[in-house]
Amino acid sequence: MTFINYAAREINCKIVYYGPGLGGKTTNIKYVYEKTNPNSKGKLISLATETDRTLFFDFLPLDLGEIRGFRTRFHLYTVPGQVFYDASRKLILKGVDGVVFVADSQAARMEANLESLRNLELNLKEQGYNLAAIPYVLQLNKRDLPSALPVEEMKKQLSRKGEPVFEAIASKGNGVFETLKTIAKMVLIELRKGR
Amino acid sequence: MAGQDLVLHEEEFNKIRDVITRLRSECNAKLIFLVDKNGQQIAASGELESIDTTALASLAAGNVAATDSLARLIGEKEFSILFHEGERDNLHISVVGGRVILVVIFDERSSLGLVRLRVKKGSNELATILDVMMKKSAMPRKAAAGGSPFAEITDEDIDKLFSD
Ligand SMILES: Nc1nc2c(ncn2[C@@H]2O[C@H](COP(=O)(O)OP(=O)(O)OP(=O)(O)O)[C@@H](O)[C@H]2O)c(=O)[nH]1
Ligand SMILES: [Mg+2]
Repeated sequence: MTFINYAAREINCKIVYYGPGLGGKTTNIKYVYEKTNPNSKGKLISLATETDRTLFFDFLPLDLGEIRGFRTRFHLYTVPGQVFYDASRKLILKGVDGVVFVADSQAARMEANLESLRNLELNLKEQGYNLAAIPYVLQLNKRDLPSALPVEEMKKQLSRKGEPVFEAIASKGNGVFETLKTIAKMVLIELRKGR
Repeated sequence: MAGQDLVLHEEEFNKIRDVITRLRSECNAKLIFLVDKNGQQIAASGELESIDTTALASLAAGNVAATDSLARLIGEKEFSILFHEGERDNLHISVVGGRVILVVIFDERSSLGLVRLRVKKGSNELATILDVMMKKSAMPRKAAAGGSPFAEITDEDIDKLFSD
């Protein structure tokens, strides 16, 4: 749900990072926070457990500058990936404009990826969205680990609709901005269509 | 469809700002703040400098969302008011017209009773304005805005946003 404010001349869009626990969602937006200049970002809010697992959400507001005289703002959210936090995930998905799925490349996490993806499809549907219709990007994270599955194998299992796929090492920043730029563009193109 | 965009035009914005500005002085509050349930700030009035309003909007929405779910879990429709009492400042959160969150921050210059009373009255007024806003949001953008600026967005416009 894009919020278009003609009075303040602002567009606000919401992007949600989804995926299994420990996949690297929080690492993605922390990296974006660290690398963005202070004028373009707000505070990074993390509602996390004492062991740094996301409890409710991470939130980072980004200001991308002007487009056609409108300030363009993106609100980035991550969900808690751990299975039992499903109620919170549903809340975070409300009003979403675009989703990034952060998959964990380790072979041992493939089942968790698949479960999380099914959970995403279900939760979107519950809110009246359809994964096939919304801006969506797949990120294959943790490419640096020795047990990472081949990219083609992962795509075969996780790709849902010919969405853009990026390889990433979020802890080093590789692939993080490529992913963000692509989803942001897709959201703006959707906005252009005017629905 | 769930992806209904929210569109705020000058006319409703001004009306909303007038109502919350008046409400703030009636309540003797430090800050009044209107947030969409998804965490987007709609309007604010008061001592804004000291507070990160974007963060406040997102957290207030998260708070209301979690509390709504708690209510349904125990068989309530909603908890209509959230009140957080601090040593110095207090936070009064209520939902207007089922869709928008009204946040009032006040200190010892006001009281919970006064805030409750005034918020109740102001909410009715706000609900009427928000109704119009929702109706306009549901209209095709061209009809509502006299030509959508977004239909004209080019690929270069979008690329420019990312040229850092
Ligand atoms: N080796 C490696 N480790 C990574 C990478 N990305 C993230 N990590 C590490 O993986 C761990 C979990 O990352 P988080 O970003 O907290 O994971 P999350 O998806 O937010 O997890 P939840 O909040 O539980 O859903 C951290 O220790 C990160 O440093 C990566 O690309 N490679
Ligand atoms: Mg996390």
